[in-house]
Amino acid sequence: MSYVPGQPVTAVVQRIEIHKLRQGDNLILGFSIGGGIDQDPTQNPFSEDKTDKVNGWDMTMVTHDQARKRLTKRNEEVVRLLVTRQSLQKAVQQSMMS
Amino acid sequence: MSATMDTESTYSGYSHYSGHSKKAHRQGSRDRHKSPRSKDGSRSEKSVTIQAPPAEPLLGNDASRTEEGQDDNWGETTTAITGTSEHSISQEDIARISKDLEDSVGLDCKRYLGLTVASVLGLLVFLTPVVFILLPQILWRDALEPCGTVCEGLFISVAFKLLILLIGTWALFFRQPRADIPRVFVFRALLLVLIFLFVFSYWLFYGVRILDSKDTNYQGIVQYAVSLVDALLFIHYLAIVLLELRQLQPVFAVKVVRSTDGESRYYSLGHLSIQRAALVVLENYYRDFTVYNPSLLTASKSRAAKHMAGLKVYNVDGPGNNASGQSRAMIAAAARRRDSSHNELYYEEADHERRVKKRRARLVVAVEEAFTHIKRLQAEEEQKAPGEMMDPREAAQAIFPSMARALQKYLRTTRQQQYHSMESILQHLAFCITNNMTPKAFLERYLSAGPTLQYDRDRWFSKQWTLVSEEAVTSGLQDGVVFVLKCLDFSLVVNVKKIPFIKLSEEFIDPKSHKFVLRLQSETSV
Repeated sequence: MSYVPGQPVTAVVQRIEIHKLRQGDNLILGFSIGGGIDQDPTQNPFSEDKTDKVNGWDMTMVTHDQARKRLTKRNEEVVRLLVTRQSLQKAVQQSMMS
Repeated sequence: MSATMDTESTYSGYSHYSGHSKKAHRQGSRDRHKSPRSKDGSRSEKSVTIQAPPAEPLLGNDASRTEEGQDDNWGETTTAITGTSEHSISQEDIARISKDLEDSVGLDCKRYLGLTVASVLGLLVFLTPVVFILLPQILWRDALEPCGTVCEGLFISVAFKLLILLIGTWALFFRQPRADIPRVFVFRALLLVLIFLFVFSYWLFYGVRILDSKDTNYQGIVQYAVSLVDALLFIHYLAIVLLELRQLQPVFAVKVVRSTDGESRYYSLGHLSIQRAALVVLENYYRDFTVYNPSLLTASKSRAAKHMAGLKVYNVDGPGNNASGQSRAMIAAAARRRDSSHNELYYEEADHERRVKKRRARLVVAVEEAFTHIKRLQAEEEQKAPGEMMDPREAAQAIFPSMARALQKYLRTTRQQQYHSMESILQHLAFCITNNMTPKAFLERYLSAGPTLQYDRDRWFSKQWTLVSEEAVTSGLQDGVVFVLKCLDFSLVVNVKKIPFIKLSEEFIDPKSHKFVLRLQSETSV
């Protein structure tokens, strides 16, 4: 997704609901996250799914640590994510064109 | 390839190499005796001859050079040197002697003329204030006003200023002339003319206004003399600035290249005339350039001679003497010819290097061993061993034989043997022993060629110089000027370049502005 910093971005989002697994005493989700506004965007390890909201909390302007905290709250068993993907955008465009 | 050349333990490897080089040499050179050398090398490894220190010089001087067959250690190198590629020594000596004779007379006259003119003028100038003060006293003493305190104070000032002027002139001008130069120094001549005109005008004024009219104001006369001395001191200051200070700031970078082997150096010079720049270059030449060794040039000359040899031009089309066409045809044919001289050069140089390294290693070991036999006696030990005490010269003579052969072979390989006689080696050894030098310090003089000053005067090959220049030699240095300093055997080509104008600007960096941020990318599994 190309964007101009400072300008509003419109994106196609997908709702994902994840039930946390129980592993020992912890509740885990089973994937890794990277990024955050305090990180170097050029060294982003994953650039497929970008998370917009987690359980209602905004994820577009959070640091890495804050994002981690939001995802790993002990008393929440279900995590509802809004993610955007570049392939989603392309699929929508193609379907709109055809 | 280098690995096989350096190892000598496998005899097959070594003999393969010597065989190869022998073949290549026999193809090409006829005037180099290469085959005895490799034989000599193998001979030295097997034979154990102890050479007692001979009475005559160990390493040839002129006398032994002419007798070629006498000492068969010298046979191979002396034939190569005196035979083909150099002028014979005796002829050169005669030429040099005659040149020295005829030049020394002319230059001495010129030098002494300049010196006498300057000293006469100097004496005149120095005595003038004194005469100015004394003449009224002598001629019309009664009519003079009495000399008050101010006037007598002026006497003291005149005396001291004259003393300062005398010391300054002695320091600046009365120096041993370093060299004979072809033309007169322009600035010095100008200064002399200026001083002469100045003093002449003062005398004119004095003669007309004071002597003729018999002025009675003695204080005025003394002040006039003081003003003369002051003005002379200012002229002295001008002389310092023109003759000494102006050429201190470096403006030109001068490149000096020796024509025979391409050795080059750069020097920084200020605003000098061409002849003075030549003088500076020559003074530095004796200190910076390695000594000119004609025996190092024979190899390249014979290679060059071989390049065109064996090609003959026959004119088949009839009588027409197209000389330039012929020479061009020869050059083209020589260039196209498949010769292996580059190959030969490569192997020869590699071989030579290996041989030099081998001999150097032997030499270093021999000298180190020789030095262990000598021990310096402390003061208390002197009484214990009175019979065996030796002075440095005797100690040197005692340990010399053990290193003589290795040193002789090394000097022969590096073609330096004519620069060191046995007497000079013994002297140097005694000197090193006296000054507690290590074997390496003793060897420093022999392992590599040093500057010309280090050697005996009659080995220099370069005492009489000629300045060849397209511009006048008294004109100043400019960017791009080229002049040549020729001596009998080689020449130094000097190229003048101006040091560029440097534009330097500043940039201020506040030390507090050095701030840094961490850029990282962390990954957490949730």
